[in-house]
Amino acid sequence: MFQTRMFPSPLLSFVELYRGFFETGILTAALTTSLGRISLGFALAVIIGSLLGIILATSKLADETLGSLVVALQSVPSIVWLPLALVMFQGGPLAILFVIVLGGTWPMTMNMRMGIKNVQPLLIRAARTMGYKGVELIWKVLIPASIPSALTGVRLAWAFGWRALMAAELLGRGGLGRTLLDARDFFNMELVIAIMIIIAVIGLIVEYLIFNPIERKVLQRWGYSK
Amino acid sequence: MASVSIKQVGKTFDNKQDNTSYTVFEEIDLEVKSGEFVSLLGPSGCGKSTLLNIVAGLDQASKGSVFVGEKAVKGPGADRGVVFQEAALMPWLSVLENVVFGLKKQYSKEKAKERAIKYLKLVHLSKFIDSYPHELSGGMKQRVAIARALAMDPDVLLMDEPFGALDEQTRSMLHKEVQYIWEQTRKTILFVTHNIRESILLSDRIVLMGTRPGGIINVFDVNLPRPRKTSSKEFALLEEQINEQLAGEIEKVMKEEMGDDYNSQKATLLYSSHRNMGDHI
Repeated sequence: MFQTRMFPSPLLSFVELYRGFFETGILTAALTTSLGRISLGFALAVIIGSLLGIILATSKLADETLGSLVVALQSVPSIVWLPLALVMFQGGPLAILFVIVLGGTWPMTMNMRMGIKNVQPLLIRAARTMGYKGVELIWKVLIPASIPSALTGVRLAWAFGWRALMAAELLGRGGLGRTLLDARDFFNMELVIAIMIIIAVIGLIVEYLIFNPIERKVLQRWGYSK
Repeated sequence: MASVSIKQVGKTFDNKQDNTSYTVFEEIDLEVKSGEFVSLLGPSGCGKSTLLNIVAGLDQASKGSVFVGEKAVKGPGADRGVVFQEAALMPWLSVLENVVFGLKKQYSKEKAKERAIKYLKLVHLSKFIDSYPHELSGGMKQRVAIARALAMDPDVLLMDEPFGALDEQTRSMLHKEVQYIWEQTRKTILFVTHNIRESILLSDRIVLMGTRPGGIINVFDVNLPRPRKTSSKEFALLEEQINEQLAGEIEKVMKEEMGDDYNSQKATLLYSSHRNMGDHI
């Protein structure tokens, strides 16, 4: 038979949330750690992914050699790298960062690449008649023109990175994921639920307060929506 | 201003997959005098746009060479402004920024802005300098593109069916503007079109191009006083004359695309329903 402890009380979950933030502070600490990790990892993934995407889109040689490698790497869930990363970085926090970056980089790369490949040839021709070529053409035309597609990459990089972070923390040290596992070990299911609520709320905040407004602005400016 | 000399230019596209090649035109010679307005007129597939792209430096000629003034064309350059069938404005830049975009290489920031505003005024868009391309109509976008090309102060203006995608009213308004601009700036203009009226209305000379094999089949001087009226007798006569020659070319293209049984005269006779003798059995 199920024990009542298996079904945490919703009310007590909110009490745990309050206690975790304002009394014991474990949730504050865990949240700070996790947010710090995702910010750094996400930023790195976006930067590395963009650069790789631009290189793949503009160099045929790179695309034909590295292109399929990126597709292959993309189909490996980044958490699979964790055991290796833990050994490589001696179980340190770098291992978790590594997994986040790997999770976010590939979707960013693929979307940036696609964005640049899909820039209207006419825009490039027009820019060439105005004297733009080489790096300047990439910087002034190809990159701005592919921002809508890059934005999809940024969203995916966040989503993959965030999931990878939670999974990695369950196996690693510190942050929301670890705290969730600890709570289970102490059979404090209310705290488990409380942490899940935090994870969901962060997802909501990022989606509605950050990505949605940016996307709306970009799509409007680029003329994709009316 | 500068003249354009097209000397024995030929263009062949190679198909690497099955080792065939397709010749658009063998050898084209054309002199466009400084300050002259010349139209390239022809059916689709005759290579008129290809020729314009070669002059623009966007395509390479397979043989021959093009000179603008004294200089041989080796690639795109600021001495040749191009207006395409679509405006090709950068969607993330405002109207003003789009015109400045073409000037950044030659002018300082303030100078570029000043110039951009001046030329946007010339095409009657001063009210819209802070708008974005998606907020403009097709005709307005095309006017921005014209301002962008003119502001670079090119010696030659190349226009590739610039009004092809616009509705009739907008087009005739832009015809007036192009004439006005040409009279004001006296640029050498090379204008690609498939619209006979448009070419008679605007140009000093009409170069009629044919297909299979591609090349110049005739050159018409348009000696009508400006502003021209489409209703005048001389206009109609010239239109008729060009139309006749063009019709033969168009039929050639249609035959190629639809097969040998195509014939513009007999089509109704063969396929009209009362001559159908067996469909309902």
